[in-house]
Amino acid sequence: MKDRIFKIISKYNGDSSRLMDILHDIQDTEGYIAGDIMGLLADLLSLSAAQVEETVSFYHFYSDKPRAKVNIYLNDSVTANMFGRAEVLKAFEDACGISEGEVSEDGQLGLFSTSCIGMNDQEPAALINDKVFTRLTPYRVSQIIADLKSGKSLDEITVESCGDGKNALPEVNATVYNNIRRKGALLNNDYPFYSVVRDMLPNISSEEIIDIVSESNIRGRGGAGFPTGLKWKFGSKARGERRFIICNADEGEPGTFKDRVLLTEYPEMVFEGMAVAGYAVGADLGLLYLRYEYKYLLNYLNGILDNMRKNNYLGTNVAGIEDFNFDIRIQLGAGAYICGEESALIESLEGKRGEPRDKPPFPVEKGYLNLPTIVNNVETLATVVKIVKNGADWFNKLGNKDSVGTKVLSISGDCRFPGIYEVEWGMTISEVLAMCGATEVQAIQVGGPSGALIGKKDFGRELSYSDLPTGGSMIVFNNSRNLLREVVLNFTNFFIEESCGSCSTCRNMPYVLREKLLKILNGRGVKQDVEDILQWAKVLNVSRCGLGQTAANPIVSSIRNFRHLYDALVQKEVDYDSGFDLESSVLESCKVVGRQPIFHHH
Amino acid sequence: MANKVKIKIDGKEIITDEGKTIVEAARENGVFIPTLCNFAGALPKGCCRMCTIKINNRFMTACTTPAASGMEVENHTPEIEEFRKSIIELLFVSGNHFCPSCEKSGNCELQALAYRYQMMVPRFPYDFPMKSVDGTAPFIIKDQNRCILCKRCIKTIKDEQGRHYFAFKERGHKLEVILDEQMGKEMSRALARKAMENCPVGSIIYKEIGFAEPIGTRKYDKMPIGSEIDN
Amino acid sequence: MEKKIIATTSLAGCFGCHMSILDIDERILDLIELVEFNKSPVDDIKTFTKPVDIGIVEGGCCNSENVEVLRSFRKNCKILISLGECAIMGGLPALRNGIPIEECLREAYLEGPTVGLNTTKILPNDDELPMLLDKVYPCHEVVKVDYYLPGCPPRADLIWDALVALITGNELALPYEVVKFD
Repeated sequence: MKDRIFKIISKYNGDSSRLMDILHDIQDTEGYIAGDIMGLLADLLSLSAAQVEETVSFYHFYSDKPRAKVNIYLNDSVTANMFGRAEVLKAFEDACGISEGEVSEDGQLGLFSTSCIGMNDQEPAALINDKVFTRLTPYRVSQIIADLKSGKSLDEITVESCGDGKNALPEVNATVYNNIRRKGALLNNDYPFYSVVRDMLPNISSEEIIDIVSESNIRGRGGAGFPTGLKWKFGSKARGERRFIICNADEGEPGTFKDRVLLTEYPEMVFEGMAVAGYAVGADLGLLYLRYEYKYLLNYLNGILDNMRKNNYLGTNVAGIEDFNFDIRIQLGAGAYICGEESALIESLEGKRGEPRDKPPFPVEKGYLNLPTIVNNVETLATVVKIVKNGADWFNKLGNKDSVGTKVLSISGDCRFPGIYEVEWGMTISEVLAMCGATEVQAIQVGGPSGALIGKKDFGRELSYSDLPTGGSMIVFNNSRNLLREVVLNFTNFFIEESCGSCSTCRNMPYVLREKLLKILNGRGVKQDVEDILQWAKVLNVSRCGLGQTAANPIVSSIRNFRHLYDALVQKEVDYDSGFDLESSVLESCKVVGRQPIFHHH
Repeated sequence: MANKVKIKIDGKEIITDEGKTIVEAARENGVFIPTLCNFAGALPKGCCRMCTIKINNRFMTACTTPAASGMEVENHTPEIEEFRKSIIELLFVSGNHFCPSCEKSGNCELQALAYRYQMMVPRFPYDFPMKSVDGTAPFIIKDQNRCILCKRCIKTIKDEQGRHYFAFKERGHKLEVILDEQMGKEMSRALARKAMENCPVGSIIYKEIGFAEPIGTRKYDKMPIGSEIDN
Repeated sequence: MEKKIIATTSLAGCFGCHMSILDIDERILDLIELVEFNKSPVDDIKTFTKPVDIGIVEGGCCNSENVEVLRSFRKNCKILISLGECAIMGGLPALRNGIPIEECLREAYLEGPTVGLNTTKILPNDDELPMLLDKVYPCHEVVKVDYYLPGCPPRADLIWDALVALITGNELALPYEVVKFD
C-alpha cells in the first residue's frame, strides 16, 4: 500500500495543493481513504493528519470508511422525488437487500443518497460507481442489479439504454439524454470549432479581444451576472507573475444541467473560450473545475484537450502566436455544492476545503495561488467564442435592453418537454411555461433553490438581470404538488446539507428555520411562527457567500408568494403553542422500563 | 510611514493607517466592534459574522475589510446590533453552553457578549446536540459541546513546520474542531496553555489547573466586554 | 396597595434558586409587606387556592410530573418567570440530552458504580412514578414564559430588583453585575 501512495504523491510532485487529485487517486486504488493513509499523506505533505482529514471529511464523495464494490448514489432532488424516487429506492433496497446508507454484508453493494446530480430532466437518476443511470423505474432497477449480480460490467449494462448525441460515444457511454429542445445563437451548429483561435487570435491584440467582449455587454451566465469584459479587464491589469483562467463547471444549483449538455455537445467551444480568455488576460493555465457528478465526461473531455494540443490550439505558441502559451487541466471536484462559489472553488483547486474567501480581495486580484484569476461560467466562455467570431453588434441585437444575448435554460418538473432551451433574455415566465408544455401550473422555481418560488401573479415577469435573474434553473410544479412539503422542505434540507459551516449564520439558521417549518407542517404552528421565520431569516444576509445569504430563500419566498399555504396550516384558535407533545415525549422511556404511559387529563 | 486614511464610523471621523482593518482602526479610536473569531496576529477569516458592519448598503465584516479613504461605516445601528444579538443566541442554542460548570465562565467571550447584549434567553429553540469530549491529550481537553467553530485554535496553534494541531472536520451543521491525535499527545504545556487562552470559550481546557479565579474577580464579572474600548 | 399573590416551585432543579430567594436577607420582611405566598415550598401550600399574580419556576422539565406542575402554574399565574439556568436552558439535568434514554437508565440503575442496592436489577416502572421525558426541556419550550432571570443561582439582588419592579410596576433596570449565567 505504501508504495502505491508514494507513487501517487510523486505523480503530483508532493504538491499539497494537488490534494484533491491525490485523494481521488487513492480512493481509486485503495477503495477508501483510511485513517492510516491520512497519517502517511500528512507526513509526506508536511501537514498534520487532522489537516488531511479536514479536506477528506469536507467532500461528499471521499470516504474514510470501506465502501462497497459497487456504490449506488440515488439522487434526492425535488424532481427525483416528484417522479417516483420512493419506489425506485424501495426497488434498490429490495434488490440489494440493504437499506439506504448501508453496505451489504458481502461488501458488494452500497446504497446512498446524494444531492442533485444535474439530471433533473430525466429523473429519478443515480450514480453507480460514477456512471449515470437515468429514468430509473423499479423494473429497470431490478434489471440493473440482476445484471450486476450476474457479473456484467456497468459499461455493458449502460449500452442497452445509452443516451443521445455524444453520450453514445464509447468514451462517454452514459445513459444520459441531452434533451435539447430549442437552439439559438449559442447552440446553433453554425460555428466551425477553433476558428477563432486558429484564424482570428493571430491577427488581433488582447486589448481588442477585451474591447469586443466589453462592447458585447455580456454578463456572467452562472447567475451573478458580473460583466465579463470588465472582469477580463481587471484581470489583465491585476499585478501578478502568472494569471489563470478557471472555467466553473461545478454546476450544482439543483435544477441546472445546461453546462452538462454544453460540455457533452460543445466542449470544443468551452475550451476555446478558455484559450481566448487566456490570450486576452495573459494567462498561461486554464483550469476546468468539473463537478464530481460529471466524472463520466472526464476521459472524453481529456481526449478533446489532447486533440487540441495536437493541433496546437493548446500548448506553446498556440496557433503560431509567439509567446502565447496556454494549456488546460481538468480538476475533478468531490461533491460540494458550495464549490460553485468562485472563491470556494479556488480553495478546492488548492486542495483545501471549499470554504468561500472573504472579499475583497476578489479572485481577479488574488485568486488561485493568490494570483490574478478569471473565473467564468461554462456558458459564458462558450458564448464569448461566438461573440468574438460574430462581433459585439451581432450579440447586442439579441435579448432586451438590460440583458443582451441569449440564455440557456434548464427546464424540469411538471412539463411535457423538460430539457434545454436557449432563449433570448426578456422572455416572460408565461412564455417559458407555454414553451415547455406546462399546464395547471401552481408555481415555478426560478434560479434554483437560491432563487425564488413564484406563483401566477408573477408569471408576467421577464427573465432578465433586473427582473428575474437566473443561472438557468427552472423547475415547474403543477397544482397537485404539496409545495411546502415536497419542495420547500427538500430545498431547505439541501442548504443544510451543503453549507460549508464556516459562518455562524448559515451553519445554524437554516436548521432553526427547518424546525419551525416542520412545526408548521405538523399542525402545531401559530401565526407568530410564520412571522418569526421572516424576522429570523434576515440574519442570513450577513453571511459571507451567496449560499449563506440565500439559504432561507426557499422558505422566505414561499411565505412571500404562497402565504395562503401557511395560513391554512397554522392554528387559528391559539396564538401560542410551544410545540411540546407530552404523549410522544414519554414513549421511549416507558418502553425502556416496560410500562404503559398514563396521562391525567384535566 | 504608512499613508493615513480617513473613514467615518457612525458619523465619527477616524484617521488610521492605510491597510489596517476596520476593527483595528475602530479599536484604536475608542469604537467597539464586537468580534469572536478575530484574533490579533492571525489572518482574519470572517467566520462568526459578529463584526458585521454596513458600507454603501452592503454588509461586510470589519475584521476582514481594510479601511479605505472615504468609507462611511454603519456599526452601532439597531439593524446591525439585532443581527449580532441573534448570532450570539444562535451560538448558544447550537452548542451545549452550560455556563455554571464551565471553567471559562467569567472569562468567556461568548458569555461576555451575551451579557453586553443583555441576552436573558435565546429566542431560538435549544438544539442539545450530541457532542464529544476528547481528553486523550496529556495537557488539554477538547470539549466540542462548547466550541463555536471560530477557527482561532486552528489559525494560531501550529508547530515549527506550520502543521496544525487543530482542524475542522465535516461541514455545515455537523462541523466540529478536532485535535490531531498524534500532535495532541506531543503538545507542550506552554502550547496547551496558549491554546486555552486563545480559545474564546471553554472548548479548550488546560488540564492541571481549574477554577483558579474566584467569582467576582474574573475578566467580565464587573465590566462589559468592550468597555476598555468604548468612549 | 393590595398584596400580590406569588407561587413558586422547583421542577428539575436543586432548590438552589429558592435558597437565593431567601438570600435577599432582611429584605424578606419588606417582601412580606408586598406579597402573599400561595402554592410554594416557602409556606408549604401544596395546591393553588386562589389566582396568582406571579409564578416563579425553578428547574426545567425532565418528567411528566414537571410538565403537569408547570402547566398548572401557567394556568393559575398571570405572569410566569423562569428562575435560573435549569428553568431557562435545562441546566445540569440537561447534560443527559442527546444520550439515549436507555443508556441513561442503565447507567443510573443497572451499571453505574452506585447501583449496589438495586439487587433486583429492575428499572423503576411503577405506575405511580412520573414518566421520563425524551430530554430535559427548558420551561419555555413547554409553556409560554414571560420573564427570565438567569444565574446559577440567580443573584439575590436580581431576584429582588425584578420582583419589586414587577410588583410596583416600575421599570426594571438591572445593573451589569447582577445578570450572570453562573
